[in-house]
Amino acid sequence: MIDFGYTPMPITVHNMDKADLSLAKWLAERDETFNHCISCGSCAATCTAGKFTDFSFRELTHSIRRGEISKAFSESEKCMLCGKCILVCPRNVNTRNIVMLIRKANQIFKP
Amino acid sequence: MKKEGKKKIWSEYQKEIADDKFYFVRSCIRQTFFPGSDTAYLKILRDVLGKDVYEDPNHTTCTGIAYHTEVVPFSTIQTVVARNFALMRENGYENYTPSCVTSFGIYSEILDTWHHFPEEKQRTRDYLRKATGREFEEPANLVHTSDVIYKFRNEIAAKAKYRLVNKETGEPLKVVDHIGCHYSKMFPSKGVGGAEYPQVLAGLVETFGGEVIDYPERRHCCGFGFRQYFVQANRGYSISASKKKFASMEPYKPDLIITNCPGCNYFMDRWQYALEEMEGKTYGANGEGIPVLSYEEVAGIVLGFDPWKMGLQMHQTDIEPLLKKIGVEYNPDDKYKGPNGEDLGLPKGLKFIKD
Ligand code: SF4
Ligand code: SF4
Repeated sequence: MIDFGYTPMPITVHNMDKADLSLAKWLAERDETFNHCISCGSCAATCTAGKFTDFSFRELTHSIRRGEISKAFSESEKCMLCGKCILVCPRNVNTRNIVMLIRKANQIFKP
Repeated sequence: MKKEGKKKIWSEYQKEIADDKFYFVRSCIRQTFFPGSDTAYLKILRDVLGKDVYEDPNHTTCTGIAYHTEVVPFSTIQTVVARNFALMRENGYENYTPSCVTSFGIYSEILDTWHHFPEEKQRTRDYLRKATGREFEEPANLVHTSDVIYKFRNEIAAKAKYRLVNKETGEPLKVVDHIGCHYSKMFPSKGVGGAEYPQVLAGLVETFGGEVIDYPERRHCCGFGFRQYFVQANRGYSISASKKKFASMEPYKPDLIITNCPGCNYFMDRWQYALEEMEGKTYGANGEGIPVLSYEEVAGIVLGFDPWKMGLQMHQTDIEPLLKKIGVEYNPDDKYKGPNGEDLGLPKGLKFIKD
């Protein structure tokens, strides 16, 4: 085996026919701007919380839309609700409201 | 939307491909890594199809790789491209045929820019005049060289010695077509079959008797992605993208991967070797790799060109299993012989996945 100084990542495949989209649907029903996100990452780039932790609003919503909701609630706790991301979002996603909704959903989507 | 409906929509994406008098432009990496592919293309066009193809010794690379890695600014690349256009007209040609998909994407992007922002075109005119004293005109027809081979696929098939069929079983060979992202993902109307169902290679494979495999990651990037590869720390992304494709195509047991982009050809070929070295995993049958060839190399094989004169030994994933399946007559002893028959010896450090 040769060490080339880099390695392949594990392959992730998302089967959207089987993905759990219940949280994504629940959020979109309450704030339709959830569906407007294009995952550009402008929010994450400007996020102060993301400067000091591995938090990313883009990753959070992206994961929810792929049905990966196991970490969504704990992730949403990292946001400090400053609202800077709302200012930069090119799609006018109501980011802070969505974070609040995810926290609220935590009460409902208990396993 | 149903797949059939989508296919129908994309099939309306057709484009005009000139018939003759081509101004041929080389790729910077293709002729370095697969030196026989350009030669094979020119031989097919000139000797088999009797076309007029002009290759100007003064033309240069499009500088696309440097542009995509932000080393060359947009104004510079526009001027370089304009110079090549000027050379084309100076030599009396108007059908521009780059052999690289990155270049084809660059030319398409620049022509589109000039269409929407005429001031950019004017500025490029001024730069070119100041730098070289030249004037340029846009090509009457801009197509990729794979489009040209696609256009003449029936003529090539009519003269073919072999077909993409397993000689033993009589079954069509299973072929994965991989279209370079810059062929039609940026400008779908510039590709035959648009972005989702490009026909440029699939049509070729079917005409030569093969069967095209539709596998889940068919449209995924080959893994090159410019800065994913050029920055060493990012190369994990590059090889991961390729691995994802190989793993996705593996269950369909492909006999061949056909590409139309020098970068894709290179990465899908070399990364199979690297993955074998890193993880001890191969994706073809019997522990072998999946041979990766460009469209004119495949056309050259079916036309009965000598595989070693075409430089097919320059592919790191061994292509001999494919030659055997098709039943190509070739001399394995000539694999590492120079143009005058001299023995070049085995390439140092080169290791085929399975010889
Ligand atoms: S509101 Fe939350 S996600 Fe948005 S910038 Fe502030 S901390 Fe980051
Ligand atoms: S800035 Fe807006 S569109 Fe971009 S990822 Fe964030 S929420 Fe989505």
